[in-house]
Amino acid sequence: MQSRITAMFGRLRSEGRTALIPFVTAGDPSPDVTLPLMHRMVAAGADLIELGVPFSDPIADGPVIQRATERALHAGVRLRDVLDMVRAFRAEDSTTPVVLMGYLNPIEIMGAETFAAEAAAAGVDGALVVDVPPEEAAELAGLLRPQGLDLVYLLAPTSDAGRIARIGGVASGFVYYVAVKGVTGAGNLDIDAVAAKLAEIRARIPLPVGVGFGIKDGPSAARVARVADAVIVGSAIVQRVEDLMDQPARIPEAVADFLGELRAAIDGADTGGSGA
Amino acid sequence: MATVADDIQHRSAAEGAPSGYQYPDTSGHFGRYGGRFVPETLMHPLAELTDAYERYLKDPAFLAELDNDLRDYVGRPSPLYHAERWSRELGGAQIFLKREDLNHTGAHKVNNTVGQALLAKRMGKTRIIAETGAGQHGVASATVAARMGLECVVYMGEVDVARQQANVYRMRLLGAEVVSVKSGSRTLKDALNEAMRDWVTNVDNTFYIIGTVAGPHPYPAMVRDFQAVIGREARAQMLERAGRLPDVVMACVGGGSNAIGLFYPFIEDADVRMIGVEAGGEGILTGHHAAPLCAGKPGVLHGNRTYLMEDENGQIAETHSISAGLDYPGVGPEHAWLKDTGRAEYVAVNDDEALAAFHGLTRTEGIIPALETSHALAYAAKLAPTMRRDQTIVINLSGRGDKDMDTVARLDGIEL
Repeated sequence: MQSRITAMFGRLRSEGRTALIPFVTAGDPSPDVTLPLMHRMVAAGADLIELGVPFSDPIADGPVIQRATERALHAGVRLRDVLDMVRAFRAEDSTTPVVLMGYLNPIEIMGAETFAAEAAAAGVDGALVVDVPPEEAAELAGLLRPQGLDLVYLLAPTSDAGRIARIGGVASGFVYYVAVKGVTGAGNLDIDAVAAKLAEIRARIPLPVGVGFGIKDGPSAARVARVADAVIVGSAIVQRVEDLMDQPARIPEAVADFLGELRAAIDGADTGGSGA
Repeated sequence: MATVADDIQHRSAAEGAPSGYQYPDTSGHFGRYGGRFVPETLMHPLAELTDAYERYLKDPAFLAELDNDLRDYVGRPSPLYHAERWSRELGGAQIFLKREDLNHTGAHKVNNTVGQALLAKRMGKTRIIAETGAGQHGVASATVAARMGLECVVYMGEVDVARQQANVYRMRLLGAEVVSVKSGSRTLKDALNEAMRDWVTNVDNTFYIIGTVAGPHPYPAMVRDFQAVIGREARAQMLERAGRLPDVVMACVGGGSNAIGLFYPFIEDADVRMIGVEAGGEGILTGHHAAPLCAGKPGVLHGNRTYLMEDENGQIAETHSISAGLDYPGVGPEHAWLKDTGRAEYVAVNDDEALAAFHGLTRTEGIIPALETSHALAYAAKLAPTMRRDQTIVINLSGRGDKDMDTVARLDGIEL
């Protein structure tokens, strides 16, 4: 059976459109916000949802997502709770792919084999484990694959031809190009440099390429949409969650409004319209 | 005394032996521990660093410069001192102290920062960053940065900044920028997180000097190799002094750099017991401690797989120790491997036992040890009386206690 991720990218490709992938931290600012937020994001044009799994020591994240992580941990959200959220989401949405993004240690403690089985049963489609490069991934990948889960890898400006080829040899689903050297929420991306690197990646990896880091608004999303298969937006969304943390009922609507802007900018870019 | 260059050649020869201890493997693993668990952005820089480190550790010009710096700037070799009066009071084995407290900046940390700063310069990096807990590694990094004219940024948890004001001031005097880290538990582990984030962002011009034998490969091996001068000297000094190897070598273990530095040259001396002493805090059973080897379980943090203090969901736990330098939830992966293979033993002593040993050595020998070091001394005080008088223990006296005056005075109810 074709995975939800592959099906989604196939459909968008045939329509000539670029995917919009929002990231939110599961359980931020409280567990009951996440499920309605996920559904509203889909309604507003999200093609795949990246759900952050809270971890106490998020070395790849900037201040915005660090604070989201701390809020979620403070609210008691752990990996098992995140799996429950996906299970609840799947009860009403059987098509939108969900990828968990996080760090290895909570998975190791649960047991990678248990995690793979429970994640698949909950309706998770893949995992992006930030601190697991391909060199350390053999065991985890070997447990996820039989469950039909994709292990999504990062590529970075520092990934040379050898590393790109190596990642191409093990990646499935899609790959995630980190457009700037830095942590999540870091500075502005240089679109010409991104385009050049994507050409290098596409020459060696036959999978869809998502681009994230440094996309803050409609214009930057449109610029990326012209060169990428998916536009990934994290900190800019999580910042809007934080702005409304004292009025959590308003969060889904505010995030949906922002995704609507991004969606329009991306679709405009796809049809050759304005946006740059 | 052999030079460092001679010793490293000796080490290479030893490693070439088929039965020899050859860790880490080429991918940076000590058995199942170690490795390189970092975001993709750091993989290429880590490969570059590994190449440079392997090349320069065989480069005679580099090794000669390192030798000169260790001799003239650090003050090596450090003495091996027979603590006769303390040994007599304990009534058993003879205790020898490897006096790393006499190094420039007052601890073993500078052996490593001198080496890594030379490497940074060879690699053309203009900016160094470091993490620090008590401030000793931060001071040692700021010191070598000042000497070599490199920009230096030190990350330090907000909690540690508040309790180690004197070291913060020292670092600033030396020209370093000290960044107070306000995330997570605001201690050493969070300082390390923030330094990693800086490195990911500024990887082109920046060299990250990790202060202990943790982090992604090649750090555990590289820091070990720069610290192994401790054990090489101690081994030669003991042979010269006593005509034989010590029965026990012992050191405190936080991240574990001073312990590995002492242990490594003895690893193939099967008759030499190696004992690492962790911070038992208020007691292992209270949960308020920093003893991952004694009471933790394997996991992945800060780029390597090792023993960690963590909860049942894999969130890293807060630690407690009287000594800020041992207040860390992980430990170097080579120690995890030496524990599992049984080559080294790991024990824990509590805050109050460490404090008693601090006073014991100060009173009988006129040497004021760091509170970190006092953990090793406390276990020696238990072990020595069970041994014969003709047996010997070498303890790494890893640092001096000047930085701990406020802490000890406060515990004794005295306001300085």
